[in-house]
Amino acid sequence: MVDAAGWRAAGASLAAGARVLVAVWATGDDAGSRVHLATRRPDGSDLAVIALRAEDGTYPSIGQYHPGAILMERALQDASGLRAEGLPDPRPWLDHERDFAFLPAEGEGLHRIPVGPIHAGTIEPGHFRFTVNGETIVRLEARLGYTRKGTLGLMQGSAPDAAVRLAGRVSGDSTVAYAWAFSRAVEAAREVAVPPRASALRGVMAELERLANHAGDFGAICNDAGFPLINAHAGALRETILRQADACFGHRLMMDRIVPGGVAADLAPVAAASLRAELPAWLGRFERLVELYGKTASLQDRVVGAGRLAPDLARRLGCGGYVGRAAGQDFDARRDAPYPPYDRHAPAVPSLSAGDVDARARIRIAEIRASAALIGDMLDALPEGGIRAALPESGGEAFGCALAEGFRGDIFAAVRLCGPVVADAFLRDPSWFLWPALEAAIEGNIVADFPLCNKSFNAAYSGCDL
Amino acid sequence: MRRTLFESLHRGTLTEPAPPHDTETAALVAELDRAALRRLGRSLAIRAVDAGSCNGCELEIIALGNVLYDLERFGLKLVASPRHADVLLVTGPMTRNMSAATRLAYEAMPAPKFVVAVGDCGRDGGVFAASPDCLGGTASVLPVTLTIPGCPPPPAMLLRGLIGLLG
Repeated sequence: MVDAAGWRAAGASLAAGARVLVAVWATGDDAGSRVHLATRRPDGSDLAVIALRAEDGTYPSIGQYHPGAILMERALQDASGLRAEGLPDPRPWLDHERDFAFLPAEGEGLHRIPVGPIHAGTIEPGHFRFTVNGETIVRLEARLGYTRKGTLGLMQGSAPDAAVRLAGRVSGDSTVAYAWAFSRAVEAAREVAVPPRASALRGVMAELERLANHAGDFGAICNDAGFPLINAHAGALRETILRQADACFGHRLMMDRIVPGGVAADLAPVAAASLRAELPAWLGRFERLVELYGKTASLQDRVVGAGRLAPDLARRLGCGGYVGRAAGQDFDARRDAPYPPYDRHAPAVPSLSAGDVDARARIRIAEIRASAALIGDMLDALPEGGIRAALPESGGEAFGCALAEGFRGDIFAAVRLCGPVVADAFLRDPSWFLWPALEAAIEGNIVADFPLCNKSFNAAYSGCDL
Repeated sequence: MRRTLFESLHRGTLTEPAPPHDTETAALVAELDRAALRRLGRSLAIRAVDAGSCNGCELEIIALGNVLYDLERFGLKLVASPRHADVLLVTGPMTRNMSAATRLAYEAMPAPKFVVAVGDCGRDGGVFAASPDCLGGTASVLPVTLTIPGCPPPPAMLLRGLIGLLG
């Protein structure tokens, strides 16, 4: 617990770049409302959380020091009713009942294109408001909140085993990473050690999730650049991984397989052997697509230079994942804030600085290679033993938090347990820092390149709407 | 490129045979209004709408288009506009914030039109049923013709349900 001066000092350290913003959220109970701020050092170490009592329903905005916090504070205001004093943009975010006006853009010849919340393809809903001059995008503003499900509220008062099912449905494409982050927060709060075999199986699941998403998105990026051949092959590669996941863990997306204390499903030796045997051929098929991607001039013409995110902006926003790593941000929670099994299986972490669609695609390519290698290593060194440690039936009030690297970037989970249930929890998607980055990166691009740029960011909607 | 195309030609097709009819899906589609469906013939234009899903269902709907399931060979086509659609394929627990847009999409469709609720969330709100931010499933807003449960339903199950609509 800090006072207002300590809270403001933390905001200033974010502005100075001494700390990196992880999350800002609010909790409340009979003892009053509190705001929480999680930060880390730029090198990934020293994940720390401070809290401030919100007297009279207000607290000093972090966004006034560090713009990367603005979206989260807008959501916080809607979700908690607290007011962030000094918040540069206090417009509502999750609450669609309140009046909302898009940011203005003025000048000769400008017009606006409203898109969504229902988009042309099968993707999540959100509204994009483009201001354009001819074909060129002058300003993009994304308005989300359409998939708001009140997930965090549902977690309150539920047992950790029920809450982890909700955590795994914050963003379905990252169900493994979310369940892992949440479970690690619970395990930290209750000081439970996970059996080595369970940690290794979690690692295998997380890397399978990364492979499936990266392969599918790599194809979809090429498709949005008008090159469906790669998408057709990449779609088959994704399907192969999902079927392996189903055979190994009993669910194509591996939902509800990671639980507090360990994993819910063991890996049968025959399924493990089949996955191990599949990987080299799978990677060979993927490498053929990479070769095609690099050699097709018409495709390269679309992706190189499009949707460029400047490294300095990526740093200031705190972009993680392939978006950050394609723009000079060399952070990966698996390597820089390591947790089992990555303490024994450190991933190779690629980093580029071009920050364009091509760089984001090439980071994904490099991560596919790294993940395939990791899965092989983990399967070869799979420890024997139990797969789940028992959580204490009850206990006093305890707080735990954790980072887990999902395919999209680092996911932060914080949980406060009280007796046998979750008192409150918070889950921070990587996309909080990707949406403002997309809005900035798209400026000066043409409208027709938006789907391509958007797919290369692939920020989550449900992940932020919560 | 040539090598990839040549290999694809030689390897043969990856597309799998149509899924067999099973009793589970037969029960799902038993109650359908056959007369109205018959007027649409042997093809259905489908508009997918995410009414607040976690995106898990979307991933499996997208997978229907991959070469293994190849949705379009059955006359099933995902379309961009509800004005071109016979079927609204709705996922998610029907969040308050998506209910108006979902209703508008349905109203934009020409008759006869059908609503397919997808997933446990689409069926009744699933794990989000108790949330004050969700209305609780597709039927809370639209008349549902067919429900395909699952969390998420695998592509093969989605395919069986949609083929069932064709009769």
